[in-house]
Amino acid sequence: MSPKTLYDKIWDAHVAHEADDGTCLLYIDRHLVHEVTSPQAFEGLRMAGRPVRAPEKTIAVPDHNVPTTADRVNGIENPESRIQVEALDKNAKDFGIHYYPVHDVRQGIVHIVGPEQGWTLPGMTVVCGDSHTATHGAFGALAHGIGTSEVEHVLATQTLIQKKSKNMKVEITGKLQPGVTAKDITLAVIGETGTAGGTGYVIEYCGEAIRDLSMEGRMTVCNMAIEGGARAGLIAPDETTYEYVNGRPHAPKGAQWEAALNWWKTLYTDEDAHFDKVITLRGEDIAPVVTWGTSPEDVLPITATVPNPEDFEGGKVDAARRSIEYMGLEAGQKLSDVEVDTVFIGSCTNGRIEDLRAAAEILKGKKIKDGMRAMVVPGSGLVRAQAEEEGLADIFKEAGFEWRLAGCSMCLAMNPDQLQPGERCAATSNRNFEGRQGRGGRTHLLSPAMAAAAAITGRLTDVRELM
Amino acid sequence: MEKFEKVHGVAAPMPLINIDTDMIIPKVHLKTIKRSGLGVVLFDEMRYHDHGGENEEFVLNKPAYRQTEILVAGDNFGCGSSREHAPWAIKDFGIKVVISTSFADIFFNNCFKNGILPIVVEEEHHAVLMDDAHKGENARMTVHLEDQQITTSDGVVIEFDVDPHRKHCLLNGLDDIGLTMEKDHHIDKFENHASQARPWV
Repeated sequence: MSPKTLYDKIWDAHVAHEADDGTCLLYIDRHLVHEVTSPQAFEGLRMAGRPVRAPEKTIAVPDHNVPTTADRVNGIENPESRIQVEALDKNAKDFGIHYYPVHDVRQGIVHIVGPEQGWTLPGMTVVCGDSHTATHGAFGALAHGIGTSEVEHVLATQTLIQKKSKNMKVEITGKLQPGVTAKDITLAVIGETGTAGGTGYVIEYCGEAIRDLSMEGRMTVCNMAIEGGARAGLIAPDETTYEYVNGRPHAPKGAQWEAALNWWKTLYTDEDAHFDKVITLRGEDIAPVVTWGTSPEDVLPITATVPNPEDFEGGKVDAARRSIEYMGLEAGQKLSDVEVDTVFIGSCTNGRIEDLRAAAEILKGKKIKDGMRAMVVPGSGLVRAQAEEEGLADIFKEAGFEWRLAGCSMCLAMNPDQLQPGERCAATSNRNFEGRQGRGGRTHLLSPAMAAAAAITGRLTDVRELM
Repeated sequence: MEKFEKVHGVAAPMPLINIDTDMIIPKVHLKTIKRSGLGVVLFDEMRYHDHGGENEEFVLNKPAYRQTEILVAGDNFGCGSSREHAPWAIKDFGIKVVISTSFADIFFNNCFKNGILPIVVEEEHHAVLMDDAHKGENARMTVHLEDQQITTSDGVVIEFDVDPHRKHCLLNGLDDIGLTMEKDHHIDKFENHASQARPWV
């Protein structure tokens, strides 16, 4: 048998039908659902009189729209947001799918809840009407975002019509330097490949620096595979993975655990398997990074200066010029001189316990700069509870951060957490697009530790200076 | 779904690269539970001023491009979120074809589900089409799906590739779910097999 990549193996295990032209019906093991991209899909089922084919494999949680302030127990003020969340309440009930409503302590961002509850397991196919579904690839699951029509297709048939992507390997060799995190890895990779560099590929991340990461860090890396244009990102499961999964509410138990483990241990890329594209970065070469523009590929070490648009080529010249103007920066300006007025720690990229620990470590015994608006939005109610138990919440609050309830919040600003025009935010989220965090708002992407450092100094800051 | 055969209409140029789905439709408009009526907020933040009122500089607000049916866009069009509201807004505006040198994966898929034809062309052809789109309303392009050909207003013919299955579905207005349900027995068979092989799933 010819050697296979991890992606090949998971793909082959899920093909329910292959047509002559290579179009496949790929079976879906887990379908995650949230309130923004699903109402039209459920409506489609109702109109056609179709049930959800596998409700036991379908998990819903509201996250995009939910307020993160304590008063959300009184209901959602914005009528449109309220209607979307109420529609999900009703759809979950009518179609009999697993559901974590807003008031449930397990509620949170769908990509944090899935792994936390043990729904996401190695070797699975996982989809969700959300591009950051790539997160689940950290478990060695083939996970990607889909549109609403495909949400409806999966609800009705538990399959997707797919053609296989190409294989790409991203290897991070060696060790990371102090102050460098999973977020810096994933941004550095996008800086290398560009936001379209992964288009048509599924990426497998490997190498010592990836192996050394916790599951939280691996999720951060895979989460942003989509920002590099890839359909999905994958990391082969290992002891770190099994340890994280074992004992989770929906993870297999007893004899089933042993059977699962036996299969999971076959999920690795065979020696000599073919990759269509290979990228290698040295862990030692990766610095703490920030974005300067309005595309995640606009990434540079914190020690660098804002680039000159004329130094780019092709369409990037105009794009960079537009970005720098939108961001209110000047070519040649030191990134560490850029002042911020807002700090956001949270999102499916960096809203897990390890992220909060890393930020709290920097903030301990310190205060945020006067006039700074800083908030922590834990990725789930359980992350929040754990952070309170570990004393992290007190560190954040004493430093001057707002301590919020779980949700997507200011990552995409669909709820009341938004930037005003011209406000500048150091954010641990995943997109710095124009208007992403609020119309006219300016976003610099960075790691949780770097966000904490910016909150203290009031400007983009090399976290290594505070360590 | 409506059948897609041929489009003969105004093509608008948007040479900016990396036009993301937040630009195509900002999140403030994702709070709908319907698919229709989003054309008016297509490219909202570029198309309207912060204080309201149209931005006259924006291409689709110019008299020549108000009836645009074909968009010629810069590289990596549709990157970012999976929101199908992006193609819903494009379709609702009246645009039926988007041409670029590359598209983001999820957006590309979403187009076909909504009767929009996304076409990938080589850079040299893209430049020809972009020039043609800059000519305005008197210059109409033709996109013929059956023949897989784009004809510029000057009569230059450019051929394009399209996945045969997707072409078939667009030409016949076929609904994916209905087609897949015809293969129900394959799915049953797979489920039986998988429940033995991986009972923990």
